[in-house]
Amino acid sequence: MSTQHLPEHPDFLWRNPEPKSSYDAVIVGGGGHGLATAYFLAKNHGMTNIAVLEKGWLAGGNMARNTTIIRSNYLWDESAAIYEHALKLWEILPEELEYDFLFSQRGVMNLAHTLGDVRESIRRVGANKLNGVDAEWLDPQQVKELCPILNIRDNIRYPVMGATYQPRAGIAKHDHVAWAFARKCDEMGVDIIQNCEVTGFLKDGDRVVGVKTNRGTINTEKVGLCAAGHSSVLAEMAGFQLPIQSHPLQALVSELHEPVHPTVVMSNHVHVYVSQAHKGELVMGAGVDSYNGYGQRGSFHVIEQQMAAAVELFPIFARAHVLRTWGGIVDTTLDASPIVGTTPVENMFVNCGWGTGGFKGTPAAGMTFAHTIATGAPHKLNAPFSLERFETGALIDEHGAAAVAH
Amino acid sequence: MLLIPCPNCGPRDETEFHYGGQAHVPYPENPNELTDTEWSRYLFYRENPKGIFAERWVHSTGCRQWFNMLRDTVSYDIKSVYPMGSKRPDRSPDGAPESGTASTGPDSTTTGSAAPSTSSTSFPSTTAPEGATK
Ligand SMILES: Cc1cc2nc3c(=O)[nH]c(=O)nc-3n(C[C@H](O)[C@H](O)[C@H](O)COP(=O)(O)OP(=O)(O)OC[C@H]3O[C@@H](n4cnc5c(N)ncnc54)[C@H](O)[C@@H]3O)c2cc1C
Ligand SMILES: [Zn+2]
Repeated sequence: MSTQHLPEHPDFLWRNPEPKSSYDAVIVGGGGHGLATAYFLAKNHGMTNIAVLEKGWLAGGNMARNTTIIRSNYLWDESAAIYEHALKLWEILPEELEYDFLFSQRGVMNLAHTLGDVRESIRRVGANKLNGVDAEWLDPQQVKELCPILNIRDNIRYPVMGATYQPRAGIAKHDHVAWAFARKCDEMGVDIIQNCEVTGFLKDGDRVVGVKTNRGTINTEKVGLCAAGHSSVLAEMAGFQLPIQSHPLQALVSELHEPVHPTVVMSNHVHVYVSQAHKGELVMGAGVDSYNGYGQRGSFHVIEQQMAAAVELFPIFARAHVLRTWGGIVDTTLDASPIVGTTPVENMFVNCGWGTGGFKGTPAAGMTFAHTIATGAPHKLNAPFSLERFETGALIDEHGAAAVAH
Repeated sequence: MLLIPCPNCGPRDETEFHYGGQAHVPYPENPNELTDTEWSRYLFYRENPKGIFAERWVHSTGCRQWFNMLRDTVSYDIKSVYPMGSKRPDRSPDGAPESGTASTGPDSTTTGSAAPSTSSTSFPSTTAPEGATK
């Protein structure tokens, strides 16, 4: 067996322009969501006099740190709609962006380990089917057939009692996704400005009219926040609050192995999710660290627990080595659903709260957020994900449905 | 892993504790009078500072007591531990931050019992265990 070759590391795919003194719109944050938003602003709404401001290097935040799981099998109608739209975009984007980011639809399995899990999973499969999302319920034997290295014996602490399976789900190369969007943005005239940190906002009454940065002041008619873990910090600068808590979320890789793991396996109950990257590393993630943190690192015991769960489920991993661990800062909400919409500040819009699971949403976040910024009102897909839902009580509670929502 | 100084048991591994989120969030005094906006603030909105955070922890596998802690959310350094119900040691009585840096406010060990909350256990960052998180 041979592993798949990655494309060569490309030459520079975008310019590094100096910031202009004014733009029609400024996107804060050059991660996947900021870049996708800029792409759809330019492509769908003809807004090309815009800039993406990134305080570090392009896509060096959560975009560079996630475990790249893409799926759309969420419980509630609102979530299924936006995540399924994202999945459909993932299916056409490599061609549209003319860049192969190795979107591999190898399927995602969500394991059930308790009777409660089983009931919830079967209910979710039903809900998914009604929403046109591909979903199946697998018994333990079918689980074993799809992923032979999984231990389905019933003498482990949390035996595998079945799984939901979404065949169209999978993984992609996160860095390549960012580069693909960045290159197209650049071609359409969008300025991508790295090492440009937003430090404050200029306001005229309740209206935002510009941003202050470490590279000078930039006037703009509209601001879109795509700062993931730093969303609260930016909202604070702008004079409003978000119902967000920032937590460290960690992941790790092993050394390279022959292909042994054909799909993606997630377990909410024992908190581990595993896939094998194109080059051959086992990629694993855990749950968030309990405490608030902006440090891009978490505590080691979280990794230890995650490894214990992984080895019990996949006994052959016992001899693998942890090569690298890292952390990102995820922006969690209490209903585990994102916030994409308007803010109390006029002409300022926010896309945040994607927490532990926003990579998969990147294309739909970009499409709907661009629509919101360009027209001043939400697209029908992101309308339910408003900031107001925390007041009206119309929460979209995916916590009960997917405790680890990657 | 954080090494958390329990006020009753001394320094213990983070795995012995559970996190309780932001400290100083009292239940609304007149719940019947709250507007939807005020309810949403109480239920869903918590501070999320990049810097010093006043938070609650419970020593669940030790003395099983709750306490408050000031911790830097970037370096993860623990600045101070103080009892539930007492004021933040780095804020003046009117709630405003003390002048100077919050992290080395009046709760440093040298000021001892002069600190506003007399029973606060203080951990100036210099004595915090090197790499309290690893
Ligand atoms: C370990 C880990 C595993 C994950 N696994 C998955 C998964 O398997 N599947 C999935 O769907 N999701 C996953 N996620 C979540 C996903 O990575 C995020 O939801 C998503 O990347 C967030 O959007 P983004 O790419 O725009 O964020 P980011 O890449 O974090 O972009 C935000 C950017 O804003 C910049 N910024 C912040 N403040 C400022 C400022 N003041 N001025 C200028 N720029 C600023 C930051 O530097 C950063 O580059 C995971 C996350 C982590 C950390
Ligand atoms: Zn104790």
